[in-house]
Amino acid sequence: MTRKNQRIALIVGGLAFLGIAAGLVLTAFEDSVVFFFSPTDLRAEPVDPERRIRVGGLVESGSVERGPADAEIRFNVTDGNSTLTVRYVGILPDLFREGQGIVAQGRLQNAVFQADEVLAKHDETYMPKEVADALKKQGHWKDGESPYPDAQETGAQQTGGGS
Amino acid sequence: MHRFANPTRFFRIANAVLPVLAVVSAGLFAAGLYYALFDSPADYQQGETVRIMYVHVPAAWAALACYATMALAGASFLIWKHVLADLAARAAAPIGAGFTLISLATGSLWGQPMWGTWWVWDARLTSVLILFFLYLGYIALVNAFDDPDRGGRAGAVLALVGAVNVPIIKFSVDWWNTLHQPASVLRMDGPSIAPEMLLPLLLMAGAYFTLFGVMMILRLRGLYAGRRLRQMRLAAASR
Repeated sequence: MTRKNQRIALIVGGLAFLGIAAGLVLTAFEDSVVFFFSPTDLRAEPVDPERRIRVGGLVESGSVERGPADAEIRFNVTDGNSTLTVRYVGILPDLFREGQGIVAQGRLQNAVFQADEVLAKHDETYMPKEVADALKKQGHWKDGESPYPDAQETGAQQTGGGS
Repeated sequence: MHRFANPTRFFRIANAVLPVLAVVSAGLFAAGLYYALFDSPADYQQGETVRIMYVHVPAAWAALACYATMALAGASFLIWKHVLADLAARAAAPIGAGFTLISLATGSLWGQPMWGTWWVWDARLTSVLILFFLYLGYIALVNAFDDPDRGGRAGAVLALVGAVNVPIIKFSVDWWNTLHQPASVLRMDGPSIAPEMLLPLLLMAGAYFTLFGVMMILRLRGLYAGRRLRQMRLAAASR
């Protein structure tokens, strides 16, 4: 083996080792790497009511209720399997609507998620408004779904937890 | 490939390519920005804010391509000890740092109206911030040695170690829950972006990549001249 080949082997071996190490570390810390939990994740394991966590999913259609206080809002977040009621007082991002993906940060107390921050999650679909309207008119696509069949599937995976 | 490790031969070709690349890049930027800012539709959800995407996404692609270039150049410097490979890695670093900064800044400007926040610590945003720090760390490290070859070797090792971050950035949106949306263009089932919006995006991507080429050649010329100057100074001092 020439010295040059030794160096190549060392670099390739070193990178493989590093890759495996990084993979193991990231798998071990998966709970810290994920940005939010899904309602199903939260159902599966009990959460300390004092711990600040994030929950993500789609705003369930027809579940948004305003009041009684000013700027108070309640809505259900769903990942398709289970839903969770979120209560929030404050200003919502522009993209917030029924069927929209959101991420809320707060505490889970008595089965209601008390959010102190609500962020809108954007999906990977980009199209002009006219196209979106035409698709809706033809009934190919309802609010909160993606017109691209697979995009919806990946969207559901995301909100369905990183399993 | 080793033919082009000869600086004279390399710069003969690079100097011929440079003006062509510069003209193509300027043309692509003009066309891309025209389509991106004026002649493309507003998005059905984001409205006019979608135009930030045409600056943001290609900058992020270029930042990743630039890092890949830097790591490959670093590896070939370690393996074959071509000086030009070391200079290529050094040339790529500030360019990549610039592209990364553009994508972080424009992403932040998009995130405020769309997500409702300038910054979140999700896997995509954090890994891109790490990419930015890797570039800065590389620049600091290669210049911290009196002997440029030692600096180049230390930097090449750092660049290779940091290369682990590149697939993490790309796949972070698929592996974990993130606030950042998954890929729209480079994905298994074809782009999920309307054709009239894909056009300005691809024009801008071409513009960024050719700009990367132009800046690489200019920086390589400067770095090579600096290396020659150093050698002459050392020769003069030892006489």
